[in-house]
Amino acid sequence: MGILEVKNVGKRFGGLQALGDVNLSIAENTVHAIIGPNGAGKSTLLNCLVGKLIPDTGSVMFDGKSVLGRKPYEINQMGISRVFQTPEIFADLSVMENMMIPCFAKRDGAFQMNAIATIPSQRDVIASAEQMLEDMNMADKRHMHAGSLSRGDKRRLEIGMCLSQEPRLLLLDEPTAGMARADTNNTIDLLKQISEERDITIAIIEHDMHVVFSLAERITVLAQGTPLVEDTPDRIKGNPKVREAYLGETQDAA
Amino acid sequence: MGLTKKDFTLLIIVAVLCLFAPFILNPFPEGSAMAQFNAGYPDLMQRLVIFGIFAIGFNILFGLTGYLSFGHAAFLGVGSYAAIWMMKLLTMNVIPAIIVSVAVAGLFSLLVGWISLRRSGIYFSILTLAFAQMSYSLAYSVLTPITGGETGLQPKYTDPRILDGDLPPGETPRANLFGLDMKDSTQITMGDWVFTFNAGYYVAAVVMLVAFYVSIRIFRSPFGMMLRAVKSNQQRLNYTGLNSKPYTLAAFVISGMYAGLAGGLLVAMDTQVGAERMFWTASGEVVLMTILGGAGTLIGPVLGAGFIKYFENIISKINESILHQWFAFMPDGIEDFLVSMVYPFIGKGWHLTLGIVFMLVVIFLPGGLVEGGQRVARLFKRRKPSSDKPDGKTTPAE
Repeated sequence: MGILEVKNVGKRFGGLQALGDVNLSIAENTVHAIIGPNGAGKSTLLNCLVGKLIPDTGSVMFDGKSVLGRKPYEINQMGISRVFQTPEIFADLSVMENMMIPCFAKRDGAFQMNAIATIPSQRDVIASAEQMLEDMNMADKRHMHAGSLSRGDKRRLEIGMCLSQEPRLLLLDEPTAGMARADTNNTIDLLKQISEERDITIAIIEHDMHVVFSLAERITVLAQGTPLVEDTPDRIKGNPKVREAYLGETQDAA
Repeated sequence: MGLTKKDFTLLIIVAVLCLFAPFILNPFPEGSAMAQFNAGYPDLMQRLVIFGIFAIGFNILFGLTGYLSFGHAAFLGVGSYAAIWMMKLLTMNVIPAIIVSVAVAGLFSLLVGWISLRRSGIYFSILTLAFAQMSYSLAYSVLTPITGGETGLQPKYTDPRILDGDLPPGETPRANLFGLDMKDSTQITMGDWVFTFNAGYYVAAVVMLVAFYVSIRIFRSPFGMMLRAVKSNQQRLNYTGLNSKPYTLAAFVISGMYAGLAGGLLVAMDTQVGAERMFWTASGEVVLMTILGGAGTLIGPVLGAGFIKYFENIISKINESILHQWFAFMPDGIEDFLVSMVYPFIGKGWHLTLGIVFMLVVIFLPGGLVEGGQRVARLFKRRKPSSDKPDGKTTPAE
């Protein structure tokens, strides 16, 4: 039984069957990649996991509890953090403040009327935010405006923000989209390090095969809203069905 | 007091300005040609600090969360009505009136906020505007038994006022603070200068300082940081396990309570209420004050409120004959020409002047008067070489 169990999930937008009948099981403490051509339903599936969309049919269980019908913040508090395709950070706040907000969310829950306390008095939050900035190699940038960071640093910051909530499942939506090669490789190294050092399950949606084969332990190939095949990276590479449906053309493109 | 050195300095500066306002606002000797620019009379000074409170509260919502309410005058009006009813039923002491005005405005803003915050952006603004206009219309018509309709409300000697003794017939009840009449003034004459020290003004100024202090604490608290996060990226906030709704609602209610406080104080200083103070232009005015001064900064709203209320008073008072006095040294033809050029901008043309100033500020100083001040300060700093070290630190909103 995996930490995330998706059973018979279907989602229809008007006449378009975005997800047909998706079954997916993600085992704890693995890196699981979901790949597929454009329009395969990867993002729809992801949105169904985090509460942005509610599937028409089926069930999504996280750690034995259903996530369906819960708001994004509730699902996050259950232990699922999401990294977006374009880094979603608090661009108007400093890097340190960005890192403190998830630490507050971890400590105080979804809402806390902390209107009279001063920020310097929140020592535990400051300490854990500083620790995470160290871990992300961003301690020297703590006073910078988050909006002025480079693309790669924004991504690092966002991943750090997600990690500081100590989630059990980290969902990444094309984390290296639009990145230069060097930044991509840095992100791969960072994610490898995270999955080795922390007690965390990573699910990653990715277009870039280099990223997928560097990281994933299991791969699910999605095509036209249904899983085509699920296997280890080596056997996915050799699978003629996958090559035909997807891999061949993307490798050329990449 | 839990403030950084910089914030504490700011609070002290504001306190000193409030304390010496009767001097500072009266720089010109009585009877001189410039005396019309004096603002050191009680009525205007009271308005400066009361609308300062209104704008400080509005800034907690708009400056921090970015939610633009177009209906905050409704909370000011509701606070005023609550205060006047306390004066009619309970006592002419201003303390219960002010406390109840804050409480009632808080409850009303809880209702309005709970409904309006279902939407964001322009839809939120329209919802708050609709609520305010509804309140205004109700106060004018259906609710006349409570609001006095067109005539408004004043305390009368016939009111029950259970805590105070009976007044002799015909005497006007006067608002007081444990016997200290709000209209009490002491005048000090120094040479040609006359300075007026008014009890009501100092009461209002003390309340404003407390309100300002509380707003600094909110700005610098974890709660304030969450509100800035709402403005910056609500999606990230929700996907970080934080529920933005109660944060915005709390900010809305706090700013509604500030508006109620301002409304209660207006009644404490001048014991009458009319529905027109809930009209949408009054809601728009506090938006102007906040943006003009610098939304999201601590001192900006106070500056904006002071600026608008001061110039409203001064410029509206200038009339054609004063203009002729000013330009009297010119040859006749040029004098008439100049007067006819300036005339549209004075007296009733005050709103035209305000509009132009507002446009100039929004275009050239998007950060408001505070940004203007910072630019001037930077200009002076640059003259002193090597004194400023770039530490890469971004200054948080102040």
